[in-house]
Amino acid sequence: MPQSFSQRRFLALCRKETLQIVRDPSSLLISVILPLVMLVIFGYGLNLDANRIRVGLVLEDQGDEAREFASELVGSRYFTVVSGPRLEMTQALANGKVRGVLVLASDFGRRTLLHPGEAPIQILTDGAEPNTASFVENYVEGAWKVWQQHRANQRGLPMPTSMDVEARFWFNPSAKSRNYLIPGSITIIMTVIGALLTSLVVAREWERGTMEALLATPMTRAEFLLSKILPYYGLGILSLLVCVAAAIFILGVPFRGSVGALLLVGTVFLLSSLGMGLLLSTLTRNQFNAAQAALNAAFMPAMMLSGFIYEIRSMPLIVQAVSRLIPARYFVTSMQTLFQAGDVWPVLVLDLFYLSIAAIYFLGMTWRKTARSLD
Amino acid sequence: MGTDPTPSTIRTDPVVEIRQLQKLFKKTAKPAIETLTMVIRPGKVTGLVGPDGAGKTTLLRLLAGLLHPTSGTVRVMGLDPITDAEKVRSIIGYMPQKFGLYEDLTVLENLELYAALRNVVGERRESDFSRLLAFTDLKTFTERRAGKLSGGMKQKLGLACTLLGTPQILLLDEASVGVDPISRRELWRMVQVLVDGGLAVVWSTAYLDEAELCAEVLLLHEGRLLFDGPPSQLTDRVKGRCRLIRDISGSRRQVLSRVLRCGSVMDGVVQGRNVRILLKKGSEEADLSQVDLGASARIDVGAARFEDGFIDILGGGPGGDSVLAEHIPRVPHAAEVVIEARALTKRFGDFTAADHIDFSVHGGEIFGLLGPNGAGKSTTFKMMCGLLVPTSGIATVMGIDLKRSASEARQRIGYMAQKFSLYGSLTVRQNLLFFAGIYGLQGDRKREAIDQMIRVFAFEPLVNVIADTLPLGFKQRLALACAVMHEPPILFLDEPTSGVDPITRREFWTHINGVVEKGVTVMVTTHFMDEAEYCDRIGLVYRGKLIAAGTPDELKEKAARPGLEDPTMEDAFIELVQGYSA
Amino acid sequence: MHLRIIALVIKELQMLLGDAAGRRLLIMPVVLQLLLFPAAATLEVKNNTLAVFDQDGGKATAELIQRFSQAQAFERILVIHGSDELKSVIDEQRALLAIVIPEDFSRRIAQGANPRVQAILDGRRSNSGQIALGYINQILNQYQREMMAGMEWVQSEPVTVRHWFNSNLKYHWFVLPSLVATITTASTLIVTSLSLSREREQGTFDQLLVSPLTPGLIMVGKAIPAMLVGTVQGTIILLAGIFVYGIPFQGSLVLLYGSMFFYLLSLVGFGLFISSICSTQQQAFLGVFCFMMPAVLLSGFSAPIENMPTWMQWITWGDPLRHFIVIVKGVFLKDMGLNQVAWHVLPLLVIASVTLTAANLSFRRRLG
Repeated sequence: MPQSFSQRRFLALCRKETLQIVRDPSSLLISVILPLVMLVIFGYGLNLDANRIRVGLVLEDQGDEAREFASELVGSRYFTVVSGPRLEMTQALANGKVRGVLVLASDFGRRTLLHPGEAPIQILTDGAEPNTASFVENYVEGAWKVWQQHRANQRGLPMPTSMDVEARFWFNPSAKSRNYLIPGSITIIMTVIGALLTSLVVAREWERGTMEALLATPMTRAEFLLSKILPYYGLGILSLLVCVAAAIFILGVPFRGSVGALLLVGTVFLLSSLGMGLLLSTLTRNQFNAAQAALNAAFMPAMMLSGFIYEIRSMPLIVQAVSRLIPARYFVTSMQTLFQAGDVWPVLVLDLFYLSIAAIYFLGMTWRKTARSLD
Repeated sequence: MGTDPTPSTIRTDPVVEIRQLQKLFKKTAKPAIETLTMVIRPGKVTGLVGPDGAGKTTLLRLLAGLLHPTSGTVRVMGLDPITDAEKVRSIIGYMPQKFGLYEDLTVLENLELYAALRNVVGERRESDFSRLLAFTDLKTFTERRAGKLSGGMKQKLGLACTLLGTPQILLLDEASVGVDPISRRELWRMVQVLVDGGLAVVWSTAYLDEAELCAEVLLLHEGRLLFDGPPSQLTDRVKGRCRLIRDISGSRRQVLSRVLRCGSVMDGVVQGRNVRILLKKGSEEADLSQVDLGASARIDVGAARFEDGFIDILGGGPGGDSVLAEHIPRVPHAAEVVIEARALTKRFGDFTAADHIDFSVHGGEIFGLLGPNGAGKSTTFKMMCGLLVPTSGIATVMGIDLKRSASEARQRIGYMAQKFSLYGSLTVRQNLLFFAGIYGLQGDRKREAIDQMIRVFAFEPLVNVIADTLPLGFKQRLALACAVMHEPPILFLDEPTSGVDPITRREFWTHINGVVEKGVTVMVTTHFMDEAEYCDRIGLVYRGKLIAAGTPDELKEKAARPGLEDPTMEDAFIELVQGYSA
Repeated sequence: MHLRIIALVIKELQMLLGDAAGRRLLIMPVVLQLLLFPAAATLEVKNNTLAVFDQDGGKATAELIQRFSQAQAFERILVIHGSDELKSVIDEQRALLAIVIPEDFSRRIAQGANPRVQAILDGRRSNSGQIALGYINQILNQYQREMMAGMEWVQSEPVTVRHWFNSNLKYHWFVLPSLVATITTASTLIVTSLSLSREREQGTFDQLLVSPLTPGLIMVGKAIPAMLVGTVQGTIILLAGIFVYGIPFQGSLVLLYGSMFFYLLSLVGFGLFISSICSTQQQAFLGVFCFMMPAVLLSGFSAPIENMPTWMQWITWGDPLRHFIVIVKGVFLKDMGLNQVAWHVLPLLVIASVTLTAANLSFRRRLG
């Protein structure tokens, strides 16, 4: 069926699509309000930096040594310390009221003086929160070591040597989790928005019966599909920019890349996520199923398998292989790089390559599955 | 409505030629179109009629190149609609059953979109717009969103979009379904003008009075062409076999069902005070005297209509006995007022949808609520059955306000809506079980009621079929079954026959007549004027007001004027509505 | 009346399970999440790449590098030879972190002085980096202790640690009980709110309203199937947790299911409320999404609630997931008692009564 692409028809279709977007309050909701709300929730709600963990302290030894060490912990900005008898504290641990309990037994002072190397401290943690548990463990161990050295110094005792690791976080010197979680969150948001926007648009034409009327006109497949992509691409880029602006100016995440690189990667990524929505919409021809499938296909995998929170390299090989198929994975590294490291082209080019493959696949499949007749 | 068939001056070479066409769908065993050969000529309206599932829509889609033929050829102006799609699509204008208007775009924006898609530009676009807007009378509504138009206006806008770029062949799929008689006439007039200009029009319709006006009719049945020719030719088949039973003293419904039991009668309908029957071929001389028609009844010869020919060629009507009614217990209270509206008013914002409407319906009566699209009859109907709360005024059913009443009152009504609100993803049996359940039927009574419905409506082979996949006629039967299973003394029917073919509609009315004879009260809305004839009384709603009420014959008398001495129900409808607006 | 409710419930279940697409939508997310989540959701660091810039190049450092390579965290050691290479390795994310061993490392070890090692971490992955750094520290300490063996001042393990309820800090012990809460959320909400708006869209809702059913009964009829679906899904995850993933179930099933009832009730409240203010399925779907996403994020599943700002911690009180996750984990891993469970069920009760009342009111207002 050799048909020629008509710019006039294409523009008319784009205009129609744009008018529909402008007149439907839900598209504004999806493209501007929803991303902002999500960003705020991600920005404030998703924080992996330990902060005011409630810890119980059982001070069975009332001597100076024990008090001195205890005050070290109470002063920590990571902990909120409550103290009480052992039974009460372990109860609190079981009830989740505290995440760890530190026990300084009655012979703490005596043993610290006699055998400074031996273990007079007991830490109990709530293993039901493994992350917090290991943080409590590491922190108390560290504090103990520091305190011992400090004491040794004071008394002129031989200082136990320890190897110093001087850690430096490039791009994110204070190692704030927000700085890498926000760029990742933007990816998740854009995956969902992109897929949600387009998952409804083809199905809607089928459900409202407008598809049959369109098919009976000389309109070509290319005109139809492009008119479905271009306006939503505009909307998608708008929400991407809104997200990035909010991240920089409201949440205070530094952005070190260039706007050009952001637009380039954002474009290719949006094409892949809009393409996925379009494909689902084309296949299901039903708004409800399309939206549900889009959400299942976009949100959960992006959340779990993009490397946004969970380290991909730590996953089983098969899961890692699955994660390769998820466009969000590549956009996460791009966004984190653009925000924190700047335009690191070796990273971006590789991501662009995979994202293009995804975009070509989704759009190509949509092209193939787009009906030219009602058969 | 009468326009003579096209003047013969216009060239009559066929514009569409179909040879040995067959169309099979993967999911169904029976072909949707079976070896069809026919032509369509320009300069006239070719009517496409047939029962549900006859293949009308499939045929139009094949012509528009939206479906691939399984075998055989379709040629539109000598072109193949599939391989020459782009050319063919600029020659034809196709208006699907549910025309694709964008409801959130304005009238003008819809026109602009389709103009661009059909490559209508520049001066031609402007002249087309002004011509079509004048033609469709939509000039004053160009800035209105399509979603806010009335049903009739939507159809007109759809037609206007289809006519952009002056196509040479127009394919209209049930353009007049769900449209009131006035808009229907306007649509028809518009199409006539086009035909006079030399267009070929294929008009698929469920209204046989429309088909009667076509120059040529194609009658499809189960994918086969049963008849092809001028409608008068089909009407001629039944010439002299039509009778009118006048001056019936007793119940015309009882008379009808008695006549239909008579072996020589093929079909019959109630027409106001009279009963109109069609005799079987060869029974023209049949003696109806042994049928009890009541003392004063007399029999006249009636003029044959296209509808009679249609029924005849399809093997006759469904008969006059309602098995359903036989099983329904007699409702005792007759002649009391069971449904009443007093000063019923509903306002949406500053728009008054129903304005001080008063009427009452007696037990065992059929009360019809008629009116143009958007006149307020649905609003009134919904207030009566408790789906909408009136702004002021009272709606009572058996003396109880359904909106505020306990559920016992609602136990006593049956309700059937125009979309046959069934659960589409459930099977026939599951639907029946569900409705039996929510109406509190249980144990043996439930089982019996369901078995009875299955028997009465011949659902046996279909009990495990998903409701969505049923043919339209069966959906309608199932909806009726669900509404009457708990034997309600009152039935609310909201456009119960919309889009259903004439034979199924007759069957439906046989059931309704039957249950009414048992004392059930029915309140119904419809756009089919022949159905209005079945009503004992009619309320005509227009612009939110009840502008006329009375028996069908009273309304006809009211509408009669010099030049229109013997109006049909449709004439009466139009006269009364237009008389009111004037 | 109970017969009529049963009819409603049966119809609802038939519609849910009647077609293949519907069944898939109920089962697939459960299966996929059960398979992927415990595997994917881990904050441990494994199989990563460590870059080492060894400026010393002595025997001691070779030994040290050998030890790094034996750690499970590092599958690959990337030896680099200059600061330019170091920069590009980190920039291009070819390694999670880099260790720079200064040239005086061996000398200082030999002198018994404190050797210094520098670690360069990728700020884009600072969480994983910090965890990996913990491993590095352990290796270094262990190494140092052995190097110093025989010297006078030996440091033994300074602290005894016991992790209660999950002694090996297995991450999936934490994930699976939480899944009982998160996975059931989606289906319960979708079943409640979409089935109602679907009836509205398809006109069957009017059919229900003219029947003897009261709006209250219709709501009950919508609530029960959704809660049944939630309970079945929850049970599947529970069984998978116990028998497939081998997590010991410590507590009382009665308490778990009892509180699950109130949890599902509060979800149904939200679902009914959403559908009472929406007229189309699309709106209801968006509504469910707008509720569900924050509910999952703020539940404490992805990040601890303690880390959130105070105002946001207050918001989480209205999140039924937050309370139920505490209960499931508590009952599952800690054998939480009735006393404690009751304290977390209480907010669920409050949420359920508020949302159900709101749904009922807005439902009636719309009908009126």
